[in-house]
Amino acid sequence: MEEFVIPKQAGANYLNAEHGLKSWLLTKDHKRIALLYLGAISFFFFIGSLYAMAIRLELLSPQADLVQSSTYNKMFTQHGIIMVFFFLIPSIPSTLGNFLIPMMIGAKDLAFPRINLLSWYIYILGGGVTIYALLAGGVDTGWTFYVPYSTTFSNSYVIAAGLGIFINGFSSILTGLNFIVTIHTMRAPGMTWYRLPLFVWAHYATSLIMILGTPVIAITILLVTLERLAHIGIFDPAAGGDPILFQHLFWFYSHPAVYIMVLPGMGVISELIANFSRKNIFGYKFVAFSSLAIAVFGFLVWGHHLFVASQSVYAGMIFSFLSFAVAIPSAIKVFNWTATLYKGSISYDTPMLYALGFIGLFTIGGMTGLFLAALAVDVHLSDTYFVVAHFHYIMVGGTLLAYLGGLHYWWPKISGRMYPEGWGRFSALVVFVGFNLTFAPQFVLGYLGMPRRYHTYPADMVSWQVLHVLSTAGASILGFGLMVPLIYLAWSLRYGRIAEANPWKLPGLEWQTASPPPTENFLTTPIVTTEAYEFAPPEHKEVVGKFERQPTEV
Amino acid sequence: MQSWFPLIPESASTYSGDVDALYFYISGVTVFFTLLISFVIIFFVIKYRRRNPTEIPRPIEGSMKLETLWSVIPLLIAMTIFFWGAKVYFNQYRPPQNAIEVYVVGKQWMWKFQHATGQREINELHIPVGRKIRLIMATEDVIHDVFVPAFRIKTDVVPGRYTTEWFEATKPGRYHFFCAEYCGMNHSGMGGYVVVMDPTEFENWLSGNANQMSPAAAGQQMFESLGCASCHGANAEGGRGPALLGVYGNNVTLNNGTAVRADEGYVRESILNPQAKIVTGFGPIMPSFQGQLSEEQLLQLVAYVKSLSTPKTETAKPPPVAAKPGASPKK
Repeated sequence: MEEFVIPKQAGANYLNAEHGLKSWLLTKDHKRIALLYLGAISFFFFIGSLYAMAIRLELLSPQADLVQSSTYNKMFTQHGIIMVFFFLIPSIPSTLGNFLIPMMIGAKDLAFPRINLLSWYIYILGGGVTIYALLAGGVDTGWTFYVPYSTTFSNSYVIAAGLGIFINGFSSILTGLNFIVTIHTMRAPGMTWYRLPLFVWAHYATSLIMILGTPVIAITILLVTLERLAHIGIFDPAAGGDPILFQHLFWFYSHPAVYIMVLPGMGVISELIANFSRKNIFGYKFVAFSSLAIAVFGFLVWGHHLFVASQSVYAGMIFSFLSFAVAIPSAIKVFNWTATLYKGSISYDTPMLYALGFIGLFTIGGMTGLFLAALAVDVHLSDTYFVVAHFHYIMVGGTLLAYLGGLHYWWPKISGRMYPEGWGRFSALVVFVGFNLTFAPQFVLGYLGMPRRYHTYPADMVSWQVLHVLSTAGASILGFGLMVPLIYLAWSLRYGRIAEANPWKLPGLEWQTASPPPTENFLTTPIVTTEAYEFAPPEHKEVVGKFERQPTEV
Repeated sequence: MQSWFPLIPESASTYSGDVDALYFYISGVTVFFTLLISFVIIFFVIKYRRRNPTEIPRPIEGSMKLETLWSVIPLLIAMTIFFWGAKVYFNQYRPPQNAIEVYVVGKQWMWKFQHATGQREINELHIPVGRKIRLIMATEDVIHDVFVPAFRIKTDVVPGRYTTEWFEATKPGRYHFFCAEYCGMNHSGMGGYVVVMDPTEFENWLSGNANQMSPAAAGQQMFESLGCASCHGANAEGGRGPALLGVYGNNVTLNNGTAVRADEGYVRESILNPQAKIVTGFGPIMPSFQGQLSEEQLLQLVAYVKSLSTPKTETAKPPPVAAKPGASPKK
């Protein structure tokens, strides 16, 4: 790489450049804002996890034990709202993306530092309103807010919860806007589009969905609020409206939102697989463009959530076909990651263990999507635990594992300290085992017919209870596995080994500056002359087939 | 009966075998690819583990051939699943001839069933084995869903319209059914049993509960008490309003020149929102009955209108709609 000036460890970095609460709350440094997000997101993740544990405990037995049905319904609703809107959607983009995109492209900050801070405050405001809704009495509509239950029948705090999500959407839009402008305009000299790390490509695709999709959910929530307050009749058949219209609007955002959650995770995994194999990624352009393909096709498949909702049979067929088509770009990524390992130099560090776990779980999550895209099988499976298992394999097995892998990988850069490697590997293993034990039984449970959002289930279904007990046991292991990193990462902030600037010996730009980096990231603007993940000079290249990357000029 | 720890639910309809076959096929594909990828990854991770902290492997650029291969093969496999799934679904979607019709009304948090012969049930549905059963479903409040795992069927019940689902049970027994669309506090309690009986047993059950008025007869009473007869005629032969005799199941020509098939949904709409589709030759004079009828009453009126058409059999000729006396002041 280039001969950058790496500041001495003792010098000023972004963490110690300024002191005091005010210096954090008014910061315009993307790295500090990323840490503000990290704190806030961890808080919401913790709340969401508590709901999950309570749900799993309740389902240990067929009858109602812990709570009443009205409380149970609020628990799964609030678990969903918090995890989807306040953890999964902002998780990787707002923390790792915020921290790393400028560093990876050789910039000093994002294009709009003040807007970046604003988006954090909007997130906090939206989160605050949502917390208010929970404390005031909670909301029981399911995170999907289906009408007419949410507009006419629910006696819970629908409008407050909706308002929280509505506000939070603007944070998403602003972050997406900031990333797009930054990636277009602030790349360092020589950092061409095809030299961008795939993490950046993935965030570019994610940002497109954020700014195109999020307004639709905002409009939808607004309509629900108007219907609830003023009964405008848009979703009420008695007034000429249509409750299915809500589902079209809702899923037009919320299906692409799945890709908002998982695309950044895929970006993290591309980084981990390439860097911990010390190889350039196999089929760089295919991996990069598959992100964009997912972002585009993701907008065309929302109707697969409506196969049993009295949608026309022909619409069902088209949406089924398109859903199978969107599986292909994801498959391309999995195959390219696997091929990247071939003849690599593979280390077994914690981030790589998370990455390997991700590939396995994401493969299962993706393949089980085929069951749900197949019309006849979906009729049986929709609204059952099969669906619950499927999307948790994508969201938890995918996004959460990528998030944890990325957090470990960049922890030395973020904190300037190393996490304890042994504990790291241990927790990665526990999370993997606990996760599978939690959610694999739910696939069987779903095909057996257990509907989702059920507080109680028939006591004569012995196998259902056995599967629920397995799932709850797994959730306990998973919960333990997630507590471990929380403890040792906090521990490492003070007691961890001091990290070098480039502890993994990697070519990426973010490693060519001090750990933790100075406020301006690079003391001199880097000039990029190499491809992404260039561990060895290009003349050592081994060519498979005829496809070669075009030489790129600075 | 089932093994002590089943992996699939009991299979008790003509349809469930088709769904299971496709399920096993996709399961096979899933297990094969998951194992394949896991095996390759584990093999690579062990074979190419880092042996020396300073080693740098040679870069490999990628391969158009491989990319094509692993795009096209998954696409082809995905298409086999798509076509199979669509075919089974399409076959199931086509409404059957000569089905026994049962009216279903869902409300928070119970199910009401009414047989065409009048028998009413709550949270339990008795049906004969080996006959096609068609459920015509409505909801009084929010979205519900009738899900019978043993039959592998599920359809939402949506406010403002009728949805239908049908099945043919293949073995007698008691099968759970569930509401599968979240509907509020007691959602998980909103289910019951489908009781599949031998035909003779079913006949006994029917006659043992035969003291109730059939939905069509109840509909006829309402037709009179609501004053429908004043325009549609005492025997539904028509007057200021169009005749209803023989309308159901046939095409009706509207005043905008288009034709619409008079099915349950059309009859429902014509009662609740009469201005939406006006039969050619008639004025927009009918008042709306929106909010004045429960879903059950509506279904009874629909059942009455249906009873005015000759029961459809394979050989029945559709009665001529416009030829009814006094019904068509044609322009």
